[in-house]
Amino acid sequence: MDPALFERKSEIEWHIRPFGKMLVPGVIFADEKLLREMDAKVYEQVTNVAMLPGIVGASYAMPDAHWGYGFPIGGVAAFDADAGGVVSAGGVGFDISCGVRTLHTGMNIADIDAVRERLADALYRTIPAGMGSTGAIRLDGTQMDAMLRGGARWAVERGYGTAADLERIEEGGCMYGADPSRVSDQAKKRQRDEMGTLGSGNHYLEIQQVNEVYAQEIASTFGVSEGDIVVSIHCGSRGLGHQIGTEFLKKMVMEAAGYGITMPDRELACAPIASPLGQDYLGAMRAGINCALANRQMLTHLTRQVFSQILPQAQLPLLYDVSHNTCKVEEHMVDGRSRKLYVHRKGATRAFGPGHPDLPLALRKSGQPVLIGGSMGTASYILSGTEQGMGLAFGSACHGAGRAMSRHQALRNWGGRKVVDDLAGHGILIRSPSMRGVAEEAPGAYKDVGAVVDAADHAGLARKVARVVPIICIKG
Amino acid sequence: MNTTSRWEHFPHQADIGVRGMGATLEQAFEQAALALTAVITDPAEVVAMERLQLTCMAPNAELLLVDWLNSLIFEMATRNMLFSRFEVHIDGNDLTAQVWGEALEVERHHPAVEIKGATYTSLKVAKQPDGIWLAQCVVDV
Repeated sequence: MDPALFERKSEIEWHIRPFGKMLVPGVIFADEKLLREMDAKVYEQVTNVAMLPGIVGASYAMPDAHWGYGFPIGGVAAFDADAGGVVSAGGVGFDISCGVRTLHTGMNIADIDAVRERLADALYRTIPAGMGSTGAIRLDGTQMDAMLRGGARWAVERGYGTAADLERIEEGGCMYGADPSRVSDQAKKRQRDEMGTLGSGNHYLEIQQVNEVYAQEIASTFGVSEGDIVVSIHCGSRGLGHQIGTEFLKKMVMEAAGYGITMPDRELACAPIASPLGQDYLGAMRAGINCALANRQMLTHLTRQVFSQILPQAQLPLLYDVSHNTCKVEEHMVDGRSRKLYVHRKGATRAFGPGHPDLPLALRKSGQPVLIGGSMGTASYILSGTEQGMGLAFGSACHGAGRAMSRHQALRNWGGRKVVDDLAGHGILIRSPSMRGVAEEAPGAYKDVGAVVDAADHAGLARKVARVVPIICIKG
Repeated sequence: MNTTSRWEHFPHQADIGVRGMGATLEQAFEQAALALTAVITDPAEVVAMERLQLTCMAPNAELLLVDWLNSLIFEMATRNMLFSRFEVHIDGNDLTAQVWGEALEVERHHPAVEIKGATYTSLKVAKQPDGIWLAQCVVDV
């Protein structure tokens, strides 16, 4: 994008003054290089979101923003129900509550070196990944509804993990206000065999090594030091979330006019928060959040089982679990007063600062761990929420690298086998059922996650704490 | 099928676009369905051995395309199947179709990715000036 389109507020903050039907400004956080490389659609989508009824503050885009569905991926927007605010299925996305969790292991590279291949093979055998893979359990109707109400708490009650895990998950592992009766039979049917599965695309399970620490004090609060081996899991609400997204997007497209909402783009489909459709969506979407939390909890359990067989001395407590496709009700200070807002984060991570009451006591002083997934074979980052970030974009930060090129182009540039061999040469073991899938996810197809994270850090959205690099990657 | 019937993918930064073309609206929808399968695997590898009947309804042709593709995505996900042959009939806002395919075999089909849903991005259903029908949208993977 051309920087001349923006009013530059700082090295890292670019504003679009309201024009036309925009109710608030647009704000993009990025350094000049990232901004120049951003798709022009981001500008269009940020300005479109700024036109939606009841939007508060500004329409924000994170440093990893790219062309999304109505909302940009990397978009943050908050709405006030009392001011006619809306909730948008496109503003949450198809993969409701897609997110990342990171587990400690208590191991270092020397501990796992001798069993690296065995560990990779055992994880690949145990973690259902890719299209057509099924989980170990099939939920009947009653169990499905209990899972949709209980989230990770439901999973822990069934033996998938411990109560200690729950306080390291947003919402204590259980999203309040989930209403399984608002989730269609089709969505539940799509989920029946998919509990405890990883999915495909950019989803992964990685064994990683902490290779650099930037903020020592916060890192030690997080329990992270250089050389540590950690496990990160990136996945979401599987078929259930996708089906909820599909169905409500259609309903919102068809009913928006009836609510008097005119949209500059059909994909901005939304409904007033106070409307029956808005409430139905919130009930279903929150059930989708619980599905994602339960799913990541079950994958955690499977991972622990593998470690107990191969490295019985390892302990895998949860560092934290973040979701980056959500709409959540939060209190934020706006112009000196506290307001209850419906904060949409589409490809953006919540990044609550120090002292926030929603953080567990052990993390309240440091701020929320913000887990940023890289592309396959590249680094991932652990950041922490900041006080400053609470005032910048409602306590939000980036979520990942973001694609630099289409899958189409990636397939033309790389072959899957070559990608696997090249990464093996760098000590990274890839296990995947599809070489074409690996080629589409080649590291070179993504932006430099380091630049994205640096921009988030410089902007004050979140503070860089540590960098981790992959050793084993299970891809769907 | 005639020579005007074909499908292709078109690029989208994060995901992928499916495009079908044909002498009729129905043929364009059939070709778009083939493009959908091709996101996952080579359609030539999918044997048309089992038949299903699908119906969709939407207020206009563009929403009908999204519904049609989403019906296929739902059937693929819940039946664990892939499809390679399609016969579509469209009457106003109603679509009925027979589709043929087979159970997904990971070792043979090597599915590249599973599809989350069809979207309204780059959604277009129209008769081109050259008389050929086009049906396209981006799918989220």
